[in-house]
Amino acid sequence: MSTGEKYLWGAYLALFAMVLVYIVLIALKVGRLEREIAELAELARAKAEEPRG
Amino acid sequence: MTAAALLVAGLGLALFWAPEDADQGISQKIFYVHVPVALTAYAAFFWAAWKALRLLWKGGDRYDLESYTAVHMGVIFGVLTLVTGSIWAKVSWGHWWVWSERQLTLFLILFLFYSAYFMLRYSTDPGPRRARTSAVYSLFGVVLIPVSFMAIRLAEGLIHPVVFKRDGPDMDGTMFLTFCVCLAAMLALAGGLYLLELSGKRADANLRDLRERLA
Repeated sequence: MSTGEKYLWGAYLALFAMVLVYIVLIALKVGRLEREIAELAELARAKAEEPRG
Repeated sequence: MTAAALLVAGLGLALFWAPEDADQGISQKIFYVHVPVALTAYAAFFWAAWKALRLLWKGGDRYDLESYTAVHMGVIFGVLTLVTGSIWAKVSWGHWWVWSERQLTLFLILFLFYSAYFMLRYSTDPGPRRARTSAVYSLFGVVLIPVSFMAIRLAEGLIHPVVFKRDGPDMDGTMFLTFCVCLAAMLALAGGLYLLELSGKRADANLRDLRERLA
């Protein structure tokens, strides 16, 4: 592989790495949001079951 | 999905269809990533300024969130512009960075200006005041874009190449078509990531609101 090719692949890999890191971060955020929704659903359920008055 | 298909098509065309440049050889194909990424960063900053203008004009929380997300996109594509540009500079000029090049320095100033946006935003409490300050800052930043873009045409003794001239693009039809596909791919990618991040931030805000109500 020539020097030019190495740098070319380096530039293309930088783009790929950026997209990959972004997708991983978004996946982590979606996981956190799912956990929070489950917690809130549990909290809402507990509140609904509390005796009134 | 559109962004992914365009990216595969664009990079495929760049690697296997577009001819090699007579001067720079295969390393010139970095152009198909570097220039579309840079133009996408400019587009994201313009979009952020447009949303900031709408916020100052009409008000509303949604424009603040949209402007902030667009600045975030612009900074991400700005990092990528600097990285791919440095790689191209190293292979073409033998240096990772050349301080005497006004185009590079102005883009770096633009990038640092928008990076400071986050410091400004997180140094003030959330609310209408923060939204307005961020919007004004974003609008100021957009003034730097034409300066950064025109610097290459106004400066003398440059080594940074000028491809788009007054009489059209300085490349053959195959190269130009490949460039257009790559530009469409980057814009679609940025658009997709922008919508994804925006929906995540909105969901986050709604959850915070719900948590406060249930507490």
